[in-house]
Amino acid sequence: MANKTILTGWGRTSPSVAELLRPGAEAELTPLVLASGGRGMIARGLGRSYGDPAQNAGGLVLDMTGLAAIGPVRDGYVTVEAGVSLHRLMRELVPEGWFPPVTPATRQVTVGGAVAADIHGRNHHADGSFGGHVTALDLLGADGVTRTLTPADPDFWATVGGMGLTGVITKATIRLTPIETSRMIVNTWKCPDLESVMTRLTQADLAHRYTAAWVDCLSRQGRGVVEGADHARQGAARSFRARGFESGPGFLPVGLLNRHTMGLVNRGLYTTTKRESVQVRPLASFFHPLDRVGHWNRLYGPRGLVQYQFVVPLGAEQTLMKIVERIRRSHAASFQTVLKRFGPGSGGWLSFPTPGWSLALDFPTTTKGLAWLLDRLDELVAEAGGRVYLAKDSRLRPELLPVMYPALTAFRERRRELDPRLVFQSDLARRLSL
Amino acid sequence: MKNAFGEPQSLLLVGGASDIAMATAMRLVRRRVRRVILAGRPSPAREAAAIRLAEAGATVETADFDAFRVEEHAKVIGDVFAEGDVDVALVACGLLGDADLDPLKAADVAMVNYVGAMTAAIVCADAMRRQTHGALVVFSSVSAGRPSAADFLYASAKSGLDAFARGLTEALRGSGVHVMVVRPGFVRTRLTRGVTPPAIATSPETVAGAVLDGLRAKSEVVWVPGILGQLTRLPGSIVRRITG
Repeated sequence: MANKTILTGWGRTSPSVAELLRPGAEAELTPLVLASGGRGMIARGLGRSYGDPAQNAGGLVLDMTGLAAIGPVRDGYVTVEAGVSLHRLMRELVPEGWFPPVTPATRQVTVGGAVAADIHGRNHHADGSFGGHVTALDLLGADGVTRTLTPADPDFWATVGGMGLTGVITKATIRLTPIETSRMIVNTWKCPDLESVMTRLTQADLAHRYTAAWVDCLSRQGRGVVEGADHARQGAARSFRARGFESGPGFLPVGLLNRHTMGLVNRGLYTTTKRESVQVRPLASFFHPLDRVGHWNRLYGPRGLVQYQFVVPLGAEQTLMKIVERIRRSHAASFQTVLKRFGPGSGGWLSFPTPGWSLALDFPTTTKGLAWLLDRLDELVAEAGGRVYLAKDSRLRPELLPVMYPALTAFRERRRELDPRLVFQSDLARRLSL
Repeated sequence: MKNAFGEPQSLLLVGGASDIAMATAMRLVRRRVRRVILAGRPSPAREAAAIRLAEAGATVETADFDAFRVEEHAKVIGDVFAEGDVDVALVACGLLGDADLDPLKAADVAMVNYVGAMTAAIVCADAMRRQTHGALVVFSSVSAGRPSAADFLYASAKSGLDAFARGLTEALRGSGVHVMVVRPGFVRTRLTRGVTPPAIATSPETVAGAVLDGLRAKSEVVWVPGILGQLTRLPGSIVRRITG
């Protein structure tokens, strides 16, 4: 096999060997699909999924970053190739007054990946997930034919959140968000316990387009810091500029990552945060804390990190609190714990966001008892009618997946119909029998 | 596929359900293994093993594998891999034999412990190389390096298999496939019932634990108990007295 490459996700767990090809044009893809062998292929963007969705042991992995054309913006819509990163999209479009409709905590994701994982951001309660802002997408199917899908087509919703298993997404038309400045007005509230974090977050959702909370999982009370933000308009930006740009709870430990150092870092972050404040911050500083340190995933050492993100429905607050308490008692240290309230889902069959409370955590893979702990948390999440995020998963028990995603059966059936030869395969698909 | 913690989800037992293979399988099923394929001769023991594994939560399939029928190995094991990736394959074809210098009985011992195990391992290795992942566990024996008057037919077969497996380890380096040779000492099993155990004897449970540790650590050679790896440096006469 030519170009054998060891690939991992951002968590750097479960490496596998595949042939990696970087097509420079859409036309190069069709012959690859038609000639696909038994181990199949999967599209890969910038490798920011934490687990194994962009890996394909023994098969072909398509590095899509070579397909990176950005079309002109027309009436707030833009058509881009799948390999365009949100980073480039912002660099090119923010000066023109446009912002991606949804951005996760890193700009280093491609549009193709954003559709395939149906990513969400801090505006989920207000604007929904990425797939909800896509008006058309081009999908290269297992038959070698590219179809343009719109939200009226059921296959559109099998593809949004479908982790690349319905075909190769080559293009997408996205509805952009108009912005007047490249500044954010960020309100910050310090909350002494988890309950007050949740209350504040609920209030902030009513007043602000972008919200999220950082939770100190190592503290007994589950204290945290809530942020609520909006795009600054010309006047507002001017009036706040005088206050200067303070750095918010921007935290990334560069050193020994363990419970004790992190306890200290968390305490420091919490105590130095003002009880309540309003700041004006640049877009990147607010939206992309994960991009402050390049390759921060390497801080976790050779065994990598395990991300765990789940959502439980509104009304399952007790489950959320129970989970946070379980984590605290287990002494597993999560270094970046983010709480968010989701609004309605997009309609993607395997799309993650559903109305409720979402908590994202990350742990060093070597954390003692972690495999066992996360299995128990899965049970609590499933019992409450919640689910875990496939773009972050690297260890879920396959039998829990249909419980968490009721549309899985429909997805499996449609995938078999669209792709009887199983051209599109990934390590994730094998691990979870998608 | 293995998950982020390196836990396998599918397991192939070649040679059926020996005590050691079953102890290992049960431990793996208690963690993440969901698909187990019992490749062995149809027998009540195989059925009983299938029931035990299913009760522990696994989806169990059986494949009719006979160590003697080497011409069928590619088909029987190939079919298993065609159904889905195998994360761990345990090659544990074992026939203890006796000390009789009967040429046909000796040939049987060689066929099961060496030839059949080797051809099965080759088929597994080839399939794993194509899937570019997987662990192939080959059961050798401490006696492979220390034949005694009581077991030298068995020891000679295991010695051949051991050399094969160590060579295979080298041949598959960098392919993504992990080959592990396990060298247990005297194990108290159904096979060794009635034999007086030597000073150092071990149990199927201990061997299973060592196999799991070895899989996790990606070890290439595992002695059970670990001390045997050190003891083999002593003169043979002393070692035989301790290990049997």
